Amino acid sequence: MTSPRAPVTHASPVVNAALVAAAAAIVGLVIVVPLASVFAEAFTGGASAWWVALTHDADTRHAIWLSLTVAPVAVVINTVFGIAAAWLVARFRFPGRSLLISLFDVPFSVSPVVAGLALVLIFGRQGLLGPTLAWLDWKIIFAWPGLVLATTFVTLPLVVRELIPVMEAIGPDEELAAVSLGASGWQVFTRVTLPTIRWALLHGIVLANARAMGEFGAVYVVSGHIAGVTDTMPLRVEKLFQEYRTPASMAVASVLAGLALVTLVAKFAIERRLESEARDLATARAQDAGHP
Amino acid sequence: MPAAHPDTLVPVARPTAAPATRRRRTAAVLPGFGTSAAITSLVVTALVIVPLAVLVVRAASLGPHGFVAAAWTPRARAAYGVSLGASVLAASTSAALGLLVAWVLVRVDFPGRRLLDALVDVPLALPTAVAGLVYSTLYVEKGWLGQWLVPLGVKGAYSYLGIVLVLVFVSLPFAVRVVQPVIESLDRDAEEAARILGASRMQTFLRVVLPGILPAVVTGFALSLARALGEYGSVVFISGNMPFKTEIAPVLIVSRLEEFAYAEATTIAVVLLGLSLTLLVVVNALQQRLARNAQ
Repeated sequence: MTSPRAPVTHASPVVNAALVAAAAAIVGLVIVVPLASVFAEAFTGGASAWWVALTHDADTRHAIWLSLTVAPVAVVINTVFGIAAAWLVARFRFPGRSLLISLFDVPFSVSPVVAGLALVLIFGRQGLLGPTLAWLDWKIIFAWPGLVLATTFVTLPLVVRELIPVMEAIGPDEELAAVSLGASGWQVFTRVTLPTIRWALLHGIVLANARAMGEFGAVYVVSGHIAGVTDTMPLRVEKLFQEYRTPASMAVASVLAGLALVTLVAKFAIERRLESEARDLATARAQDAGHP
Repeated sequence: MPAAHPDTLVPVARPTAAPATRRRRTAAVLPGFGTSAAITSLVVTALVIVPLAVLVVRAASLGPHGFVAAAWTPRARAAYGVSLGASVLAASTSAALGLLVAWVLVRVDFPGRRLLDALVDVPLALPTAVAGLVYSTLYVEKGWLGQWLVPLGVKGAYSYLGIVLVLVFVSLPFAVRVVQPVIESLDRDAEEAARILGASRMQTFLRVVLPGILPAVVTGFALSLARALGEYGSVVFISGNMPFKTEIAPVLIVSRLEEFAYAEATTIAVVLLGLSLTLLVVVNALQQRLARNAQ
C-alpha cells in the first residue's frame, strides 16, 4: 500500500481479495455470462447461418428496417425537446418549475405497458380520438406513428436529464455576454450554448438511441405485433422465440446486444470528455476567483 | 479566456448583484423563453399529462364500485402480489449486491477495475427482451447454468425465481450507481479514528460506515423497486406467465388488452400507475435528502 494516508482502516489483503472475487462473481453471473451466451448461441451454427437468419427472412429484414426508422425519429424529437426543456428550466425561474422537472421523470417510473395502454386509449379504435382518426383514415395505433409515440415517451427523460445539470453548472454568464453584444437567439444557441453542452447532448442522444432501439413493453402494446408490418427488432426476437425458432431469435438478439456494446463504448468515451471539461470549468472558475 | 475581463464587455452579466436578483434579470435578458416554453409544454402535455389523465379518467368513469370490481379480481390481486413480492425481493438483492460491488469499485484497487465498472452499465443498454431471452435459455434444463442448477432443484426459468433473476439484472446498475459516489465521499478519518480507538473492522463498518451510506442504499432500493415494478420485456420471456403463480401485473394488463377487456386493463394500469408515482415521490424526497447530506 503506497497510499500516503495510514491505511489503518484498509481491510487485510485476504478480505480485499475475497471482496473482489465476490464482486467479480456477481457481475460475472448477472451480466457477463448472459451477455456472452447471446453471442455464443447466435453463432453456434457459424457466421453464415447467423447471416442467413438475419437476411433471408423477410419479416426479420422488415423488423430491422422498422427499428432503424422508428428510433431516429424518436431520438430527434427527444433532442429538440431536451434542448428546449433544459434551456427553459436551467435559464429561467417561473412558477411550477420544480413540478415541471418532476414531470420529466414520470416516463422513467411509469411502466412502459401502462404508457402503451394510455396511447391506445387515446388513439385506438375504441379510444378518445378513435372516431376522428377513422374518419380521417389515419392509423396511429398498430402503425408507425404509434411506435414513434411510444418510443418517444419511454426515452423522454434521457436527453433533458443530461443537459440540465451541465447547463446549471456552466451558468448563463457567457450567453448573457453574447446577448449584450447583440447576438440573436439562434446565434447564442449555436455559438455559445451548443459548444458547451455538446458532449452532454451526445451522451443523452446515445442513451436515448439505445433505449429506443431496445424498447419492448410500450411498443408491444401499441404495435399489435403484426409480423412484417409493426414488429420492431425486440418484438421480432420475442416472436421468433415463441415460434420455437430460438437460433433465429438469438441472431436478432445478438445484433441488439452488439449495438448495446457499441453504445457502452461510446458512452465511456463521451464520459471521459465530460469529466475533462468539468475539470477545465473548475480550473477556470478557480482562476476567475483568483482575479476578480 | 476573454471572460477574464468581463466588466468591460458585459455590464449586465457582472456577478456583483446578489444571486437572486441576477437570476431574475437573466429571465428578462436571455431570449427563447417563449419558444422553449412552447415546445416543452406541448411535448409534456401531449405525451405525459394527457395520456395519463385519459387513463385515470377512463378508470374513474367506471365509478367506485365498477373500479373495484375490475381492479380487485382474484387474478388481479394475485398479479399485484407477484409483482410486488418479486420486485421487493429483486430490489433487496440488488441493493445488497450493489453495495458490495460499489464498495469494491471504490475502495479496492485491482487489475480490471475499470472493466468491472464499465460492465455494471450493460443492463442499461441491453434491450430487456434480449435479457429475458438469454436468461430463459441459460436457466432451462439444458442451458449453461440450468444443467447444474435444475438437478439441484433450482428452477431459474419459467418460475417465480426467474422473475426475480431478470429483475435483479435490470435493476442492479441503479443500486450500484447511487451508492458509489456516496462511498467515494465518505470521511475516512472517522473510520481511522474508530479503528485507533479499538473498534474491530466489523464494528467500524456497522457503526461508522453503514450509517453514512444507508440513505444511499435505501435510495438504490427504491429506484430498483420502481424499475422492477414496471418491467415487462424481460419478465414475459422467463416467467411462464401462469395466472395466480407467475403472472405480474403488466403481463395481466397486456393479456386483458388482447381480450379487449379495456375496463380491467385500464383499472389495473391505474393501480400500477398509483404505485409508481408514489415511489417516484419517495425517490425524489430521498434523493433531495441525499443531496443535502452531501453538502
